[in-house]
Amino acid sequence: MDATEAAVPLVEMRGIRKSFPGVTACDGVDLRLDRGEVLALLGENGAGKSTLMNVLAGLYRPDDGEILIEGKPVEIRSPRDAAAHGVGMVHQNFMLVDTMTVAENVVLGMAGLPLVPDMAGVKRSVLELADKYGLRVDPDAYVWQLSVGEQQRVEILKQLYRKAEILVLDEPTAVLTPQESVELNAVVRRMKDEGKGAIFITHKMEEVMTFSDRVMVLRKGKVVVEKVTSATDPRDLARLMVGREVLFRVEKKPFEPGAVILELKDVCAQDDRGLPALRDLSLKVRAGEILGIAGVAGNGQRELSEVITGLRPVTSGGISINCVESTNKTPLEIIRSGVSHIPQDRIAVGAVGDMSVASNLAMKGYREAPISRGAVLLPRRILDLARRMIELFRIATPSPETRVKFLSGGNIQKTILAREIESCRSLLIAVYPSRGLDIGATEAVRKELVAQRDAGMAVLLVSEDIEELLSVADTVIVLFEGRAMGTFPSESADPEELGLLMAGVERKETAS
Amino acid sequence: MDLITSILAITLRAGTSLVYATVGETYTERAGILNLGLEGIMLMGAVSSFAVVYYSGSLVLALLTAVAVGGLLSLIHAFLTVTMRANQVVSGLAITLFGTGFASFLGQRLGPVSNGRYLVGLTGPRFAPIDAGALGRIPVLGALLNQDILTYGIYLLIPLAWFYLYRTRNGLWLRAVGENPRTADAMGVPVFRAKYLYTVLGGMLTALGGAHLSLAYTPGWSENITGGRGWIVIALVIFSMWNPARAITGALIFGGINAVQFRLQASGTNIPAGFLNMLPYIATIAVLVAITWWETLSKRVGAPASLGTSYMREDK
Repeated sequence: MDATEAAVPLVEMRGIRKSFPGVTACDGVDLRLDRGEVLALLGENGAGKSTLMNVLAGLYRPDDGEILIEGKPVEIRSPRDAAAHGVGMVHQNFMLVDTMTVAENVVLGMAGLPLVPDMAGVKRSVLELADKYGLRVDPDAYVWQLSVGEQQRVEILKQLYRKAEILVLDEPTAVLTPQESVELNAVVRRMKDEGKGAIFITHKMEEVMTFSDRVMVLRKGKVVVEKVTSATDPRDLARLMVGREVLFRVEKKPFEPGAVILELKDVCAQDDRGLPALRDLSLKVRAGEILGIAGVAGNGQRELSEVITGLRPVTSGGISINCVESTNKTPLEIIRSGVSHIPQDRIAVGAVGDMSVASNLAMKGYREAPISRGAVLLPRRILDLARRMIELFRIATPSPETRVKFLSGGNIQKTILAREIESCRSLLIAVYPSRGLDIGATEAVRKELVAQRDAGMAVLLVSEDIEELLSVADTVIVLFEGRAMGTFPSESADPEELGLLMAGVERKETAS
Repeated sequence: MDLITSILAITLRAGTSLVYATVGETYTERAGILNLGLEGIMLMGAVSSFAVVYYSGSLVLALLTAVAVGGLLSLIHAFLTVTMRANQVVSGLAITLFGTGFASFLGQRLGPVSNGRYLVGLTGPRFAPIDAGALGRIPVLGALLNQDILTYGIYLLIPLAWFYLYRTRNGLWLRAVGENPRTADAMGVPVFRAKYLYTVLGGMLTALGGAHLSLAYTPGWSENITGGRGWIVIALVIFSMWNPARAITGALIFGGINAVQFRLQASGTNIPAGFLNMLPYIATIAVLVAITWWETLSKRVGAPASLGTSYMREDK
């Protein structure tokens, strides 16, 4: 028995059980975290990682089980209790009030804050902490003015300010640029050196390897394995997490492009604030081709997918689909020309959370037979269709009548994917289709995209993941500030060069 | 008193009840609760306080009664919408319907036998304007001073309400609750307590506004004494962009047009009285439309983001 095992653990969770209507999210989970240790919680979407941590953070009350902090049993009834025991959680969807300043968010809800807080003093301490941990942020800025990366800094500062001893990070790097991930890693290391503990939820293998000391794999609410990180490898972890061998490469037929399906000529468009988002963008996608759009989020990807699908006006330039002029047509006209769209924001644009899986699946074909006759929908046919698609796309849902918002992120995405692929006739636009999905679901999504290409569809794939683009796409275009920075066949593209272009650095040959 | 001073004085008097209710509803809405029961609560505040002052002669007791009645009615709203998670619009409308009908009923039953049990047409003790002596004769400024105690109260209420909302810990909590209850909860703010507290506080202030009508402004009880002020307040809250400091401007506009049309009617103009009575309401709608249009143009949406929705911790 070595020293770490003998010491009293910082946190111990024993036999945690929590179920929601129809699902057991955590089924008797044990967890241990020592001081100065980083524990990675690895698992697929819906494996129960977030639920387990929400129990620790006081947002969910467990049905059964107990929590010990430094060996003492504690009752965590609310986030306030959790904070009192030193537990601070950075949630996947940030817990920040947009209309308030950074400093206000930092002290919001803190126990022991005086009735009239000394905000000038708070700002000073925030700046000091920011300095100490290398988390630059302006305490007077409003949260809505900050980038996602900056917002995460605020989230971490908030927990540091509250002297959290146990920092829980729920998929912290899902929205970060590579540099920001490095920065985060440095902060976590520093906290570790101070004897604090961190638990982070992820489904990315590289992160487990770089961040953590120990890793715990969850599957269907149960602990599958717990290992010291250095004694394992990504392939092994992926297999444990999914429960079968995972293919990291996607099989596809040789590249044989056909006729041009989508063509953009010098397209310009504005973003929501009226600033230029696309600048003279020209591109072509051919049948049987996957065109990858690489770029850091916010460089015109959303606007690109929206101008093609008729959701955003083109200010100049032209778009043609199947050689038919399609500039500024309505979404319905564009859908009728055979275009499918997997949008960036699945919940807001892709699916209606409060409607059933079946209704969401029928949402595009509802005008036509077999699921409607004239203006009347045929519910039984809709259910039949839904059952067929649920099986075909392996959507994990208790029933076709379950409301979509109760499904995991991966299964919501599969629902949208099923509907869009089913209705795809010539062009499929997929925007960050694997964002937030675990390995199993990502693999399924990529396979489906390739299957569509092999079936002769044109596919436009927007992604931040260079590895994904290089393995799935045939051709890659880098988008930076709404401009195409260059077109590359994916076989000969150099990931490093793409990365530099994504950051707006011109090619070395042309820059010198 | 010169014309401007007298118009300003009437403006403040007419606007007082609106200020109480606007500040109250601003707080309620800041907690994410829309209370459309204002009209009913104001009427109940007016009738109950007048009945109490008529029989007991105590203005303090009358005010306390109004506060208790307003608190009770809004507590029902809080229970229905926060705990039972009922639709806020439906619950609010129900309270207005109930309050309007019940206030009218009480007005026909609580009076003395000599008046056929009616409260209408009676007089009781009232909050009279406090004579400020020589100071009160200063032009314009004098209008601020020759007022009743409740109008003096708004000089204190507005800065206090502003300070509390923007400079105190509890104000920070309140703003967070209405903006993003999930975040507020995760950060340790007692969300449910806040929703209850500010709904009840809002109802109390609204009822005080109603009491000002029957104890100082009119004074006395008459059917529909509020003349739809409860609805005007809903508009004024939007107009003031949920900022209690701005509540005064809205109240002054509505009160001011009221004052001007009074002067016009008193001066014996040819314009039909019905048309003049309409003016304050039309002006409110016009200003509201202009403000909303302007705010939309500048892409600033001031409403608390969670307004009208219910929150449950373990909901998805």
